Amino acid sequence: MKTSILAAGVSLMALPAMAEQPVLTVYAGDYFTSEWGPGPAIEKGFEAICACDLQFSTGDLLPRLLLEGERTEADVVIGLTTDVLARARATGLFAPHGQDLAALTLPVAWPDETFIPFNWGHTAFIYDETRMAAPPASFDDMRNLPDDMKVVIQDPRTSISGLALVLWVKSVYGDQAGAFWADLAPHILTVTKDWSESYGLFTDGEADMVLSYTTSPAYHMFAENDLTKKAAIFPEGHYFMAETVGKIAGTDQPALADQFMGWVLSAEFQTMIPAANWSLPSALPKDQWPEGWAALPLPEKVLFLTEDEAEAQREAVIEEWRAALAQ
Amino acid sequence: MARGAGAMIGIGVAACVAALTLLPLGAVFLRAGGWPGFGPGDWEAVVFTVQQALLSAALSCGLAVPVARALVRRRFWGRGLLIALMGAPFILPVIVAVLGLVAVFGRSGVLNDLLAALGLPAFSLYGAHGVVLAHVFLNLPLAVRMLVQGWQAIPAERFRLAQSLGFGPREMFWHIERPMLMAIVPGALVVIFVICLTSFAVALTLGGGPGATTVELAIYQAVKFDFDLGRAGVLAAVQFGLCLLAAGLGWRWATPSAFGAGMGRLAMIPGPGGWRCWGDMLVIGLAAAFLLVPLGAVVMRGMPGLLLLPETVWAALGRSVSVALMSTLVTVAAALALALTVAARGRGAAVMDLVAVLPLATSGLVLGVGLFLLVQPLMIPSRAALPVTILVNAVLTLPFVYRLLLPQAVAMLADYGRLAESLGLRGWARLRWLVLPRLARPLGFGAGISMAFSMGDLGVIALFAGDREATLPLVVQRLMGAYRMDQAMGAALVLVLVSFALFWAFDALGRRHAAS
Repeated sequence: MKTSILAAGVSLMALPAMAEQPVLTVYAGDYFTSEWGPGPAIEKGFEAICACDLQFSTGDLLPRLLLEGERTEADVVIGLTTDVLARARATGLFAPHGQDLAALTLPVAWPDETFIPFNWGHTAFIYDETRMAAPPASFDDMRNLPDDMKVVIQDPRTSISGLALVLWVKSVYGDQAGAFWADLAPHILTVTKDWSESYGLFTDGEADMVLSYTTSPAYHMFAENDLTKKAAIFPEGHYFMAETVGKIAGTDQPALADQFMGWVLSAEFQTMIPAANWSLPSALPKDQWPEGWAALPLPEKVLFLTEDEAEAQREAVIEEWRAALAQ
Repeated sequence: MARGAGAMIGIGVAACVAALTLLPLGAVFLRAGGWPGFGPGDWEAVVFTVQQALLSAALSCGLAVPVARALVRRRFWGRGLLIALMGAPFILPVIVAVLGLVAVFGRSGVLNDLLAALGLPAFSLYGAHGVVLAHVFLNLPLAVRMLVQGWQAIPAERFRLAQSLGFGPREMFWHIERPMLMAIVPGALVVIFVICLTSFAVALTLGGGPGATTVELAIYQAVKFDFDLGRAGVLAAVQFGLCLLAAGLGWRWATPSAFGAGMGRLAMIPGPGGWRCWGDMLVIGLAAAFLLVPLGAVVMRGMPGLLLLPETVWAALGRSVSVALMSTLVTVAAALALALTVAARGRGAAVMDLVAVLPLATSGLVLGVGLFLLVQPLMIPSRAALPVTILVNAVLTLPFVYRLLLPQAVAMLADYGRLAESLGLRGWARLRWLVLPRLARPLGFGAGISMAFSMGDLGVIALFAGDREATLPLVVQRLMGAYRMDQAMGAALVLVLVSFALFWAFDALGRRHAAS
């Protein structure tokens, strides 16, 4: 089936009418369109069915939309994460998606009429079992790590995963979050600006654990055949994050935008998400996940803050984190 | 009048630089519609930023004096290569520099292996001292090079005269080297202080946590996460103020050296023997180890990835090099015009001198947002991506090139200005026969730095992205973001090697064509 789609794509590209094709402009994060991101597969797949030219425009998502306002060139925006949705919604730039979300297979309810999740995952601490014989079995174990165990995390002020961590800690510990940070502080090797720096310190052996995602071991398993990287699964629950797609209200390609929004929920799109994005598909039953993925250890309990809860807590939890660690 | 035209170009450059640095800031404030106060932790960030920058600048320059002196007065095999290699940390991409330092000074680094073997307590890289260590690693090369240039600019006749007068090393230092240091060190201090002032990812990662928050990090947060343009503007203005203060103090303190003209021969500075010789060798050895071992770690880390590099890397490399070449052409021409105008000490020279520092203090992020706001009403910003990139690179590197050129332009005019005047040497002829040969050395070095800087550029124009084709630093970032650390380090090594080769080529070109 894949080859027929490919063939259709190639024959479409060969048509001389190409120049006349309508253009669907999709804003995406920087990582998206590289050959190691999901962008190229998405572009090829959608262009095979839409008789259009899908053009990604990559860069900062929310700051760019806020600066551009009504002038934005975007028809569709892909990649806004759950914790920034409140602010994205408040721009008033997005239109209702009008799609039937019955196909969603998320572990949380998703009644949103504007944003459709296209993938999901949870935050988790990743360790290397060859270097850490006794990984923490619960979140509380993180407070009593052996003295020489060091964790590297991301700054909640500059990174989306760092923000997810402070919200995660808050969801688990509530009023005791400050005390948790004080206990973890001696084990924090350092805090980095974004995820990739942290992960680099972990893979280079400088840190024993890194804040990342439950799906991170999948990359090592499937791309590197390395089974030593594991996510520490905590019974207290793991923080849920999804990336979404939204349609711009002022789009000049409303029909194409709608078609794209619907396609995101299709099995074709969803089956390519795991390996292209190293995250879980949002609308695909577990028995249809690509081979090997269903065996990935995932937490039983999922912690989820609605965007309003996340937005209401954001400043306070960041400040609590900063105050506890700045000593 | 050719000289009138020259001055006009200089004034034009100064006006452009002022406009490009101040207008975007103004646009940000206008859009924010207010001047809010500081957020929580902002004041601590300002204090930490200034402290670490002061310490980093003082240490970099303080250590650079013995290193540069040892390098200019000793001759040994591989000296030229060593001087060139020691300049390399300055052009490392931040993340690569951090991983290089971690490989040497980190928990599982070479140093701690050594300490453990000797039964000594472990060294922890993370903390305020780690930030300073990294900043000295990154900026010592710049300070050393600025000072080496200063030493080389002392006419050979001075040293010969001093020797014939029977000066010992102490008198030599007091009467010949000290005045040169007084002229060069304040400028170097200011430049490095300001570079460290705007540091952010290095400071956070090696600082160990939010205690090491710098102003630039707060700006990043305000722009990218909180979208609080008012706060970003205030913080950018504070950064500006600090920089101007430093520049004002530094420039005031600097005294121009007055050696008079020599025959233009390169000084072979007499190296005293005895313990001083051993001392110099020790200094060179320590500096080389400090700078080259982490560099070696970067090379080792990148090697395995070189074989796995995707083809995209080469296309991205081509784009990066061509953008850097264009930026460098603009920077060098602009910096030369500005330095000559200021050196001539016409009206407004002091103001122009100050303007030339402004870009150093500019927050790249605020500059990006401001330019976006200015361009947006005129055209689709993504279509302006290339010219904006070149312009931003050129403006941000101008201060370095200008600082390198100015002292030597001043000396050139003092020594040869009247002669050129009496010969009626004007316009192109003056440029061809006086300016270019006399300034070839700093011009080449400046062009090299400008190339390396523009190759490493990232982030300022993230907003102008559009459907941009990736540059090499972006490819490195994307590879890291996609878990492909080995390939990322391989691509980073390519970036470093090419940047260094370009830097070296321009520097060598300058040296070859130098009159002295």
